[in-house]
Amino acid sequence: MLDLPIRYFPLGDAALTVEFGNSISRVMNQQAISLSQAIERAGFPWLIESAPAYASTTVFYDPAIVKLQFPKAETAFEAVRSLISGIVQSLGESDLPPDTDRIEIPVDFGPDAALDLQLIAETAGLGTLDAIDVFTSCEYRVYMLGFLPGFAYMGEVDERIATPRRSSPRTSVPKGSVGIAGRQTGIYPLRSPGGWQIIGRTNVELFTPFGTELTLLRPGSLVRFVAK
Amino acid sequence: MSFLRIKKGGLLSTIQDLGRPGYRKYGVNPGGVMDRRSARIANDLAGNEETAALLEMHFPAAEIEFVDDRIFALGGAELGASLDGAAIANWRCHLARPGSILRFEGKVLGERVYLAVNGGFRADEWLGSRSTNLAGGIGGCGGRSLQSGDVLDLLEPTLPTSAVQQHEIASNVLIPHYSRFPTLRVIEGPEHSWLNAAGKTALEEQAFTVSHASDRMGFRLEGDPIGIEQLIQMVSSAVTYGTVQLLPDGQLVILMADHQTAGGYPRIAQIIDHDLPVAAQLGGGSKLCFHFVSISEAEALRQKIESDLLLFRIGCKLRRYGQ
Repeated sequence: MLDLPIRYFPLGDAALTVEFGNSISRVMNQQAISLSQAIERAGFPWLIESAPAYASTTVFYDPAIVKLQFPKAETAFEAVRSLISGIVQSLGESDLPPDTDRIEIPVDFGPDAALDLQLIAETAGLGTLDAIDVFTSCEYRVYMLGFLPGFAYMGEVDERIATPRRSSPRTSVPKGSVGIAGRQTGIYPLRSPGGWQIIGRTNVELFTPFGTELTLLRPGSLVRFVAK
Repeated sequence: MSFLRIKKGGLLSTIQDLGRPGYRKYGVNPGGVMDRRSARIANDLAGNEETAALLEMHFPAAEIEFVDDRIFALGGAELGASLDGAAIANWRCHLARPGSILRFEGKVLGERVYLAVNGGFRADEWLGSRSTNLAGGIGGCGGRSLQSGDVLDLLEPTLPTSAVQQHEIASNVLIPHYSRFPTLRVIEGPEHSWLNAAGKTALEEQAFTVSHASDRMGFRLEGDPIGIEQLIQMVSSAVTYGTVQLLPDGQLVILMADHQTAGGYPRIAQIIDHDLPVAAQLGGGSKLCFHFVSISEAEALRQKIESDLLLFRIGCKLRRYGQ
């Protein structure tokens, strides 16, 4: 699985994606996070930002500055690819940072908060209390942030309760709702439309727009849900 | 301190600027104006930095009262602008007097008009940008679209009223070539190779219709379904402004300025930066075609327009120093 060739492709004329693979893998995710951090540390003058995803990292650049720095490059994309692939090759196993913060999130699994708990439990052939037990008995890794400010994609949910997304998304999911989509789980940091199956709700703030840390969770964080 | 009085809020009028890059890794989209080139030209004409906050309006647009002498410029869609009842043109600057009323009478071409006022808007700033993030309810005017009765504070003017005599006008080289049926140039997206032969043909040879279910987040397109070779599940990966995604039903969506930061649908094409302003001015019922180009063509087009914009910006500044 890890022997897949690493792919480099343009995402438009001002971004490059490095793809380590196309599956949910702790190792590939760690590579993506490490690469993104290494790119930010390198201090490239053309770098706008870098963002890791499940198994890829995308670099956003200013092609005009790349061309100024590398006037002989055929394209800005080729110049950036060459620099980034150098960093990828220098990323050894030792660069994989240990999983960092462990965070406990209290969750209300009561009927007013757990909008889809009944359906999740029925799909699994479990009682609601057992479904909650299954959900709270393991630790989840944050693979990436996306969708909404501070929304963390976490995995992997036990197969028994891995309920597919709702066929018709809700127009409004309450803030703090904890959702399941297949083997992923996530928390809505804001009220928003959404199609994940809601198993509970937390009053922990995941997104603090004017705080010193914008988001409570970050890629690599380990999360445990506890019934309150 | 001066201000603008919003007599009518309009359909979706928001304070925007060139956005807040740098926070995608937190799930925060850069956002900002839909038609970047028009917004930059409008700010140049109004004597502002290109990063100044301005108003992005749709039709029906806001009705605005000025309270002091103020140079302003309009760019983007042609929505029948009038100042105190007299029609005024886009792509040049104008002078409002205390009590002047700016109105927009009807849609002629395009969907989004930009109002840049000299000095700029003193709006809510978040993460280095004054643009409105509607999902988060932050930035601009309280994180929301304008409502009747709003008062928008302005920064001090930087130009004397006499500067309006300079008649700066943006040339046709700079102005995006808006159309109700444009051909948008794209480069292949990361999952383009997943399409089958019929899918590739369907993508390149048909005209798509922009659905009325289109907004600042994305435009849904209607057309003959596009087939893929085999259904591969994809883990979420980065998307950006102009990414063309293939939905499970074979239809396409173009991600626009308020796109999410990541997505799990195949990215089969990417509109080149040069053509995004044209895409940004499409509305429900417009048609479009895609035409594939290479990354080097896309970069060359971008480089050319950027150097033209730079010359224009310098020209605007020099004329003002020359007064």
